[in-house]
Amino acid sequence: MTAAANAREAILNSVRSALRRGPLDDTRRAELDARRPRHTRPAQDEELVARFIRKFESRAGTTARVASRADVPAAVEAYRVEKGLPARAAVGAALKDLAFPGLEIHHEPAGISETMAVSQALAGIAEPGSLMMASGPASPITHNFVPDDHVVVLDAGAIVGHFEEAWEVLRARPEGMPRATNIISGPSRTADVEQTIQLGAHGPRRVHVIIVG
Amino acid sequence: MTESPTRGPRVGLFATCLMNVFRPNVGFSAVKLLEDAGCTVEVPANQTCCGQPGYNSGDYDAARALARQVIETFEHYDYIVGPSGSCMATIRHDYPVLFQDDPVWLPRAQALSEKAWELLSFLTDVLGATASDSHYDGTVTYHDSCSGLRGLGIKGQPRTLLGEVDGLRLKEMEDSEVCCGFGGTFCVKYPEISEKMVEDKVKNILATGADTVVGGDLGCLMNIAGRLKRINAPVKVFHTAEVLAGLADGPGLAGAAKESD
Amino acid sequence: MEIRSNEFKQRAVFAIHDASLQQALGKARGGFVGKRAQQAAELPEFEQLREEAKNTKNHILDNLDHYLERYEAAVTAAGGHVHWARDAEEARKIILDICKRVDAKTVTKGKSMVSEEIGLNEALIEHGMEVVETDLGEYIIQLAHEPPSHIIAPAVHKTKDQVSDLFEAAHGGPRKTEVPDLVNEARMVLRDKYFRADVGITGGNFLVAETGSSIIVTNEGNGDLTQTLAKVHIVTSGIERVVPTLDDATLFLRLLARSATGQETETYTTISTGPRRADDLDGPEEYHVVLVDNGRSKMLGGRFKDMLRCIRCGACMNHCPVYGAVGGHAYGWVYPGPMGSVLTPLIKGLDNAYDLPNACTLNGRCASVCPVKIPLPDLLRELRHMQHQQDITPVMQRRALKVWRYVATRPKLYHALEQVGARFLSAIARNGSIRRLPLASGWTDVRDLPAPAGRTFLELWQGKRGQK
Repeated sequence: MTAAANAREAILNSVRSALRRGPLDDTRRAELDARRPRHTRPAQDEELVARFIRKFESRAGTTARVASRADVPAAVEAYRVEKGLPARAAVGAALKDLAFPGLEIHHEPAGISETMAVSQALAGIAEPGSLMMASGPASPITHNFVPDDHVVVLDAGAIVGHFEEAWEVLRARPEGMPRATNIISGPSRTADVEQTIQLGAHGPRRVHVIIVG
Repeated sequence: MTESPTRGPRVGLFATCLMNVFRPNVGFSAVKLLEDAGCTVEVPANQTCCGQPGYNSGDYDAARALARQVIETFEHYDYIVGPSGSCMATIRHDYPVLFQDDPVWLPRAQALSEKAWELLSFLTDVLGATASDSHYDGTVTYHDSCSGLRGLGIKGQPRTLLGEVDGLRLKEMEDSEVCCGFGGTFCVKYPEISEKMVEDKVKNILATGADTVVGGDLGCLMNIAGRLKRINAPVKVFHTAEVLAGLADGPGLAGAAKESD
Repeated sequence: MEIRSNEFKQRAVFAIHDASLQQALGKARGGFVGKRAQQAAELPEFEQLREEAKNTKNHILDNLDHYLERYEAAVTAAGGHVHWARDAEEARKIILDICKRVDAKTVTKGKSMVSEEIGLNEALIEHGMEVVETDLGEYIIQLAHEPPSHIIAPAVHKTKDQVSDLFEAAHGGPRKTEVPDLVNEARMVLRDKYFRADVGITGGNFLVAETGSSIIVTNEGNGDLTQTLAKVHIVTSGIERVVPTLDDATLFLRLLARSATGQETETYTTISTGPRRADDLDGPEEYHVVLVDNGRSKMLGGRFKDMLRCIRCGACMNHCPVYGAVGGHAYGWVYPGPMGSVLTPLIKGLDNAYDLPNACTLNGRCASVCPVKIPLPDLLRELRHMQHQQDITPVMQRRALKVWRYVATRPKLYHALEQVGARFLSAIARNGSIRRLPLASGWTDVRDLPAPAGRTFLELWQGKRGQK
């Protein structure tokens, strides 16, 4: 047996001997595999989009709402102009169907000097007011963390109530779990210097959500 | 010992070590409050300590020896009541744990546990007593002793009773639920840490402007009183029972006068 | 990290007299406590969640071997690698081997208490690697060459002025004095490191058996940049951090941020599953998880099983008056406060941390806020019991306990001694109190001893009622 296999067996055996039993039998294992927990979900009595906006904005995130997907580029441009950002952006290929006139865009990962990224969210979670981003060829992870400004497109219909419903969205994906599922609840922040909250620690200084529908 | 004329529950008073030596007035206050509420109070002479110093020092055998003595002494009463959240939490919660593997003593420990009450909680939760006949002139702030608060859920009871006392104004301090730094032997083993903690407690007491601080455990109260005295802060210190019983005369623990024979 | 827990007393006294430390601790205390209380009050289900979290953790621990095997299989299926380490040395070797294989020069690190526990940084640096802590707090203490003093706020003991000094020395001037400028300066310095890193190491708040994922929770986003931009992502985690499903992880996520920083949620919750996929544009090429036992499996068997429920939120230390007085460094190893006072003796040996279980008033505030309801005071007392049984307790204390037991089980003798004591103390008192008592200097060095009136309650009672 290799050293690695030894360590594995030693730890599992040590766990079992501490629990005063041998390996679980197949029946018990099947029971455990079939376990579907139903933990308490905090009650919500608010319309999902309204709750998402209220919660997301409570942590210094900003939002805008547009009627249809075709309105997204104009909303992105309005945000860019308002913040005085350069006319370029890393845009996830998930938004390839949209034209961004006047904006120099690419679909590659974000580089160190990237100023703005535009991404498509997989879902919104109303409970804490958070975005759920699934990484993939059409939505690189670096877009979520490297630029100072992150603009995220979220379909109103993709906002779910609780975390558990968001997990169902992940489980329903034919390609399975992405490398990175990023649940984002506002701009990056730190309180490591004298408990003073400061935005833009390492990730985006600003996160702006464009809710469609 | 003669029998009291009232026909209420028969209560064995647990005379805590600190009360017995340092503040007998608390014991008399407890007896008065219990008798006024209709109890027959007895003080068994065979009692000493609840065993907590041994338990908290990790000497479980010594704690069990003391626990057996307390059980034997008090198990024939309707209730065992003491003016201390700390001692009574030991009897209520720790005795059954100490005897969890002992088929003989476990049922006896459990039976005593079920009738073990801290004084103030017994007066309100069991007897439904009020303090409407009491009088105290002063502004009082209340310190929550940890064992009583977290071990026995004592928080509202003393405040309710104190609120009924004529002439008494209750003023809450900041962090009333934070430990004062007594902690039994902790305060002598780690005096510098204890000092920092009691210093914070005393600052919060002084910030209220209250002329009196009260609480339900003599350990905490002696610690607080001792610190107040050391920094010459003229705040009176009493056990809650003394105030409720109308026996809170003089400066209390912050400088009890010698007994006048 | 070398253990210095047996210097607790000296370090505690030093800490109490350190004005900067006291200033920093004072600022931290109110913030954490108040915000947590507010979050708990705003969530009506909070207490119910604590109970469920306790029960769910107990279920996991009872079936830990099964969930670890399921987790391992799922990680492997997602293209990752699971490594098992019995102790700190094995864990260091596994990580060093990976780093050497990919010829790592720069290693970035997200906050990981397990990596502190196994002394990882020293080992990597010894082998010529540049190790960069990226959590701002960790970065600050790395510059100061200090260990963390808190498990979620590692630099909580530092004042802003001290951070200014450290940054000025490390980055060159001009000296920044405002928080936004300090944070920005660190941001700029660390960006470069993320993009240069060969290996990124993070902790794992939860390991999900259902999906083979590791979950980290951060506010800064440093963990994400660390694990996304490096070629290799290594997760270090204790074996007890596995949870069966994403829904179970949710239960703990609902409690973690609220208990830790008093936030409803932290900014980033990241679920990492395997390395980058074939057509992904970014993400690490390799994904490794190092499962560390280091004494944990032994704890499963006895009274300390409860401790394995810990989700490392830090609420116990935020609410501990002793931690609040002395800060984290006094505890002398990686984990401070109540949870550290239980873990340190168990991992490093009872006799290497005598004071930790004893320097506690058993006030119970830690247990009252613990999101997984660990009975911390009971566990600390249990450690005292083990010390007593193994004769680690000082001789004087053991003798005193013997005498006390002898006397206290003899009521007549006990009462006689109480009477003598009451009279003696009363006799030496002035104005109702005693300023100095040679054998009780621990008491009288810092406060007066209120004097007894002279006769004991039992004496007086027998006198009064006897006459009736």
